[in-house]
Parts: sequence; structure tokens; C-alpha cells
Amino acid sequence: MTKLLLDPTGERRVSHRERLARPTSLHGQVIGLLDISKPRGDVFLDRLETLLQDAGAKVLRFKKPTFTKPAPVDLRHEIATQCTLVIEALAD
Amino acid sequence: MTRANAPVLPDGLVVFVKRECETCRMVVPLLGEFEATVYTQDDPTFPDGVDAMHDHDLSWSWHHDIETVPTLIRVVDGQEVERTVGWLRADWQRISGVADLGADLPVMRPGCGSMSVDPDLADSLEATFGGHVLKSRRIELAELDDEMEAMFDRGFTDGLPVVPPTEARVLRMLQGTHRDPHEVVAVVPPDLVPVTVEKIAVNAVMAGCLPEYLPWVIAAVEAVCTDEFNIHGVLATTMPVGPVIVCNGPGTRAIGMNGGGNALGQGNRANLTIGRAVQLVVRNVGGGRPGEVDRATHGNPGKISFCFAELEDSSPFSTLAVSRGFAPSDDTVTVFAGEGPRCIVDQKARTAEELANTFAACLRTLHNPKLVLAFDAVLVVGPEHARVFADDGWDRDRLLTELHTRLQSPGRELIWGAGGIADGVPPHLRDTTLPKFRPDGILLVHAGGGAGLFSAMIGGWANGAMGSQPVTWRVATSGSDRMSA
Repeated sequence: MTKLLLDPTGERRVSHRERLARPTSLHGQVIGLLDISKPRGDVFLDRLETLLQDAGAKVLRFKKPTFTKPAPVDLRHEIATQCTLVIEALAD
Repeated sequence: MTRANAPVLPDGLVVFVKRECETCRMVVPLLGEFEATVYTQDDPTFPDGVDAMHDHDLSWSWHHDIETVPTLIRVVDGQEVERTVGWLRADWQRISGVADLGADLPVMRPGCGSMSVDPDLADSLEATFGGHVLKSRRIELAELDDEMEAMFDRGFTDGLPVVPPTEARVLRMLQGTHRDPHEVVAVVPPDLVPVTVEKIAVNAVMAGCLPEYLPWVIAAVEAVCTDEFNIHGVLATTMPVGPVIVCNGPGTRAIGMNGGGNALGQGNRANLTIGRAVQLVVRNVGGGRPGEVDRATHGNPGKISFCFAELEDSSPFSTLAVSRGFAPSDDTVTVFAGEGPRCIVDQKARTAEELANTFAACLRTLHNPKLVLAFDAVLVVGPEHARVFADDGWDRDRLLTELHTRLQSPGRELIWGAGGIADGVPPHLRDTTLPKFRPDGILLVHAGGGAGLFSAMIGGWANGAMGSQPVTWRVATSGSDRMSA
């Protein structure tokens, strides 16, 4: 005899997405740098921007309104449509 | 009277009986005097000489909500139009149409409990016949599986054992609310999953709630899932905060919550399980688990459960809920993103002025004495401290005003590096005067035991629109009326 329990989870079915292939070169890539609005994140991202530009990439900067909430849908859409790569900076 | 998907009773008169019932045995000789379909619950040969239907699985009794035997029902076109329970001579005569029916029997005789409401059977009947309303996926365990271990193995628990959510237990839990089990109550971060009343009930069972707690759990889930409260951020932060739930209203007494001795501690089922159920919903439905989206550096024990009632009856202050725009008769939950409580000790102060000085000195240290305006606090004033303020005629507004006045600091003491402490406020604020808290940043609550000159403070998380706002939500004990502030 079996016992039945009820699933307490959201029963979410996660769609599987393959990772993009790793780029062979940064040259010509459009790289988004996302500042999550933590203090001094900009210090880190400024340095990254310089290094990436030196490697031949084009850099676009983005910023979340607050680090406490997920990035708004519009911002995510903007990054997805404009960039080939994205780097998100956690900082304090 | 009749539940959904009930088998249709035959037209005419219908009688439910069981042999074990003395009143049933008294009335069955009358069944020869009128046409009736008889359902017998226990003994298929009862009543003697009558070709009765044996309600062997109690399906007819359960679906037609038979609480007492004998029950006499009149059915017209498949619909029940009249019923009487037990023996009421006048009713039986009227419904049967036999004017002198049972003339030699007593005027009335109470019946017995129907087998379908026998406490030993009611839950399993509910699951057998009512279980189809539950939409949650069924998890099948083998007989030799240990349910407790199975729940741990699947990652469903907060580290403590949970009550296995069987169909019978979840159906019983759902009797605590009038809301439709399939109503979507909120969208739970971080996975942004719509949560139904049923899913909350499943987690409330696991937390150990009684059905009467369910409306409180639902209200708290609704409150934490607002954009203002921002449970996503509260969960994801490295700071040691979780939802602190302060309950107000007469309902807190009705369900036996504790606002008195050890209110913030262990030992009260309602306090502990309501808070725990909310966290289990965030974990199981929202997918918010430590080490995943929950990135807390230390966390705090209150992240298992932190829920208590305000001690309203003996308070010299207006309640937290009233201060936030609700009526004293409203049942509410106020959710606050808070850390663990810290004790404020002052056993010498006999004037409100002296005690306010201590409160301010302690509150100033919250998180870092040099960090201001960034965090709110819940100030839990114990009854013996509250009496000191009451004796000097201080009410809630006076106490809060006095505290805010004492919690002003010159910018030069707070700027980065001042006092040998790197953290603080930017240097351009050197010549300003800064308050520790924003104007509504102290939430005053009266709670605690009758002995002890202590209070408690609970530090908050990033406040305001950029972080988490305290949210007060009305507990809907009927229907789905709701209101937030």
C-alpha cells in the first residue's frame, strides 16, 4: 500500500536552455556592463571597461535602479537586444 | 446540504439509519407505514425486514452531509426539499404525510452521530470523496518509506521535521478559510511562482498549523509578496534578515497567539507555525533556499519563524496596526524585514525621560552607530518599561517624538573615518544634523511578560522604496476582503 503526500512546491517546469558557445575573441563584441547599484561597483566596472576596450570590444554601460530588486524587464530586454555579452558586477 | 458530485437520491422519502443507534431502532418499525428508500450505515441487514441500501463506503452519507441518524429527507425531481434529523414526531408526520405516525412514541428523541462524521473516519472520507479538489501533484511513497525522511530527502524542509501533507490533512487545513483552494493569492519570489490557497495550505500543514491559523498565513504571504516588502531582496541579501510578523487584533486572542511572556521565543504553536509556514512557502513555492538565492552571511534563527502578537489589552499605547491606519477590531499582520531581537536593559529608570535616554542610546547602535537613515527598527516595549512611560503620561506619539529628538547626530561624528571608524556617511554631510531613523522608521509594539524591566529592538534591512517597506495586511477571516497600508 502506498502513501500519498501533496507536493508543496510550485511544480515549476524549468525550460532547458543550452549555453552559448564561449567567444573565441573579445574583438568586435558588444559587451554590456551591468552595475547593480552597490557602492563602488563603478570602480570595478570602470577598470573592466578600459581593459575590454583595449581588447577591441565595444562596451555599453547599464545600471539597475536598486541592488535589492531584480533588474526590470525593460532593462533586461535592452541588454539582450544590444549586447553580445554581459558582465554583472557585484560590489561593496 | 448536498456536496458537489453527489450521487442523486431517489425521489420520494429517504431515510438514513444505523443499527447502533437507539433512536433508529425506535423509528424503524414505522418504515412499514410509508414508502421510503432506506440507507443503512453499519449493518446491511438493518432494519430487519426492510430491503435497505447498504452505504458501505458512506459515500451517500458523506455527499448528502448526513450528520445525524436517523435523518429523513424528502426528494423531488432529484432535489432535496426537506429534511429532519433525529426523531421529531411532528416533522416526521409532516414529511411522511402520515398524520398519526408514531403517535405512541415520544414527541422527540435526539438521534446519534452519523458514521460519516465519526472523528476516526471523517478525514479519510474527506480525502476519498473530496480529494479531487486538490490539484497538487501527488508524491507516492512506498509503505516502508519514512515520510519524515522523504520530506528531508526532497528538500522540502527548513532543517526541522515537517508534518507530512496528506490529502486528509490538507483538506482539513482548507476548512480554515472560505477562499477557493485554487485562488491565486500572490506571486512568490524568487522564482515568481503563482501560489494558490491550496499550496499555502500544504505548507501550513507541514509547518504544523491548525486550520484556524490559515487566514493569518495567507495574509502574511500576501504581505511579503508585495513589491513594497520585496521578499526577493530580503531573501537574497547577505544581511541576516527575514520576515518578522507582528499580529494585531482580537483574532490573535481567538487563535491563542502569545504576546506575553516569551512572546518572541518558543512554546506557542500559533506564533511559531504561522511564521514557519510563510518561510516554507517562500522556500518551496518561491524556490528561495539558503546557498541558492538566499545568500545570507549569517542568517538568524528567526528565519525559521519570527511571528508574535502585540499585547494589546494591557498596553498603555495604541497598537501598531492602529498607528498604521487600521481599526482596533481589524485582524492584521505587519511584516517587517528584520534581524534577531536584542535586549534593552534598564532596571533603574523610574521616569520616562531616563528610560527614553536608554532606548535612544541603544537604538543608536543599530547595525553601526555611524549608519543613519538606512534602516528601520521594531521597538518591542516590555510591560514594565511601558508602565514607566504610562506613569509619566507618555503615549505612543510622545515616546516616538522623544526618541527621534534624542537620535539626532552632527554629521562630523558620522562621516567616513570619524572616530576611527571607516564606515559612515559621505563627507559632504559633515555640517548637517542627521537623524538615526526616518520619521516613521521606528515601529513601536507592546509585548512581553509581566516581570522584567526589559525591552527589545529588532533591526531592519535597507529601507524605503529601494529596499523593504513594512507592510500591514488585513487578515481575511471570510471571503477575500483585503486591504494594505
